Amino acid sequence: MELIVCLKQILDPEAPPDSYTIDQEANRIFLPPEIAPVISTFDETALEAALRLKDTHGGRITALSMGNKFVSDVIKKALAVGADELILLEDVSFEGGDAWSTAYALAEAIKKIGRYDIIFCGRQAADWDSGLVGAGIAELLGLPSVTLAKKVDITDKTVTVERVAGDGFEIVKVPIPCLITVSNELGELRLVRLKGVRRAEKIQPTVWKPEDIGADPSRIGSRGRLTTLHKLFKPVKETQCEIIEGEDVAEAAVNLTLRLREAKLL
Amino acid sequence: MTEHKGVLIIGEIIEENLAAVTLELLGCGRTLADKLGERLSGLLMGSDTRPHASKAIAYGADKIYIMEDPLLEDYQSDLYLAAVEKMVRRVMPKIVLMGQTPMGRDLAPRLGFRMHAAVLMDCVELDIDTQTGRLLQVRPVYGGNARAVFTSETRPQMATVRSKAMSPLERNSSRKGDIIEIKPEIDPSAMRTKLLEKVKEEVAGIKIEDAAILVTGGRGIGGPEGFEQLEDLAGLLKGAVGATRPVVDSGWCPTSRQIGLTGKVVAPDLYIAVALSGSSQHMAGCSGAKHIVAINSDPQANIFREASFGIVGDWKKALPSFIEKVRELLKE
Repeated sequence: MELIVCLKQILDPEAPPDSYTIDQEANRIFLPPEIAPVISTFDETALEAALRLKDTHGGRITALSMGNKFVSDVIKKALAVGADELILLEDVSFEGGDAWSTAYALAEAIKKIGRYDIIFCGRQAADWDSGLVGAGIAELLGLPSVTLAKKVDITDKTVTVERVAGDGFEIVKVPIPCLITVSNELGELRLVRLKGVRRAEKIQPTVWKPEDIGADPSRIGSRGRLTTLHKLFKPVKETQCEIIEGEDVAEAAVNLTLRLREAKLL
Repeated sequence: MTEHKGVLIIGEIIEENLAAVTLELLGCGRTLADKLGERLSGLLMGSDTRPHASKAIAYGADKIYIMEDPLLEDYQSDLYLAAVEKMVRRVMPKIVLMGQTPMGRDLAPRLGFRMHAAVLMDCVELDIDTQTGRLLQVRPVYGGNARAVFTSETRPQMATVRSKAMSPLERNSSRKGDIIEIKPEIDPSAMRTKLLEKVKEEVAGIKIEDAAILVTGGRGIGGPEGFEQLEDLAGLLKGAVGATRPVVDSGWCPTSRQIGLTGKVVAPDLYIAVALSGSSQHMAGCSGAKHIVAINSDPQANIFREASFGIVGDWKKALPSFIEKVRELLKE
């Protein structure tokens, strides 16, 4: 089975809220350099979904990522946990895009890869949180898709997906080739083992430039955007927390109930 | 080129009721349509949609299109996509709105790419730029650590709207509007992705999105056993128990309890946050709460920046006396 997993390198979403700074002029957000980037959490889960299929059914996993300034240790994690190949669309002209330019570039790269049964993406990138690119790739390649998967299995040429939905889940069937976006409920990515790190050291990522995938320059990066970002700002928080004290925690808890009663909240 | 005009909302009927988020879409769609001086229409799909169409008019729509077909009863992505695309091409609205629901999350991106029209997902504010007439779309980004204002360069301008971010209008049954039936002309062979079954994970008691009081536990609770104490407290207060994503991912609570960016959005009167740090991703689901109370052993935890009242300490020591005192106070 041929599996492709799309991964995005992002600013660590678990970084403390205070550590984010915004450049108002450029409408860009930053973290201090000591906080390393990560593979988007949901994309890691997508990779785990592919690894589980490979564990059971065998096959090959190609990890694909688009960006600029990849941190080798971060993105090569995909190889260390079991992906067989890593393709990086790395170029300055891929920068500054939105979901439209990103989905276009990834879809063109997937056309070049050529063979695939299932394409996996995270349900959304854990930075811009849109959840558009997966559906976009499916639409550009004319593939059926299932979003928000928490379990994926395949029999013959049909994929069965449990899809997260409100108060439970849906059981959805889709033929291959198809695209599946994966939700966190599927479970965390397996740990990196030393053997995997050694394996990853032996595999060189393939780097493709826009011309390698035959990309129309007007459709990638900032030129390919269909949206304009006008302003990026931190929401203002006005809440002042009243800390309730006591001789010990138990007494503080009692005092808290009294304070809540006073405030007519209980 | 045909002129785009008006606002179109894509409604949802859930358990034989117009979804709460659909009423919210009608409310904000009405405001946007009035600012443009244009009309608000809506689309409802399923079977027996007429009563819901009348209700949607009472909540602000000028016109409701209905598409009836047994195959549209449940959300089927390929069929809904074809039906909604047909509707949008026919109405040619300036703005298309959907809820940020399991349907909206699946349908809106595909529709956007199919029509080569940008979609901004999970918007919490929408407004019309008075100078350009464009739709200003505000959405939280970076897990809620920042907000961004966008416009779309394509038409129609499409957005999904976060639950509870907008207010519905008061129901006004004297409002007049048109109900127009459209033949969906469903082609079942277009259905590649097929919904076979819906599995409900029943949660006893009040649904978290409906509860006035929520008791939510985080990773710090340490295991499923701790949630029994939260249940006791929620039971006393006639509320419900919520959970953070790590709790659900660890299997301590069912997915239906998850509050946050990738879970449910709640807006209770009182939100008691126990042993949770208050990550931006979690707060995205509960920042609409009127009052947040925090119990956490880490004085630096972000939740203390969001809460109105808090105690710093081990929840295991705090909660038993908290519960006991609440029981006593409620007896008075």
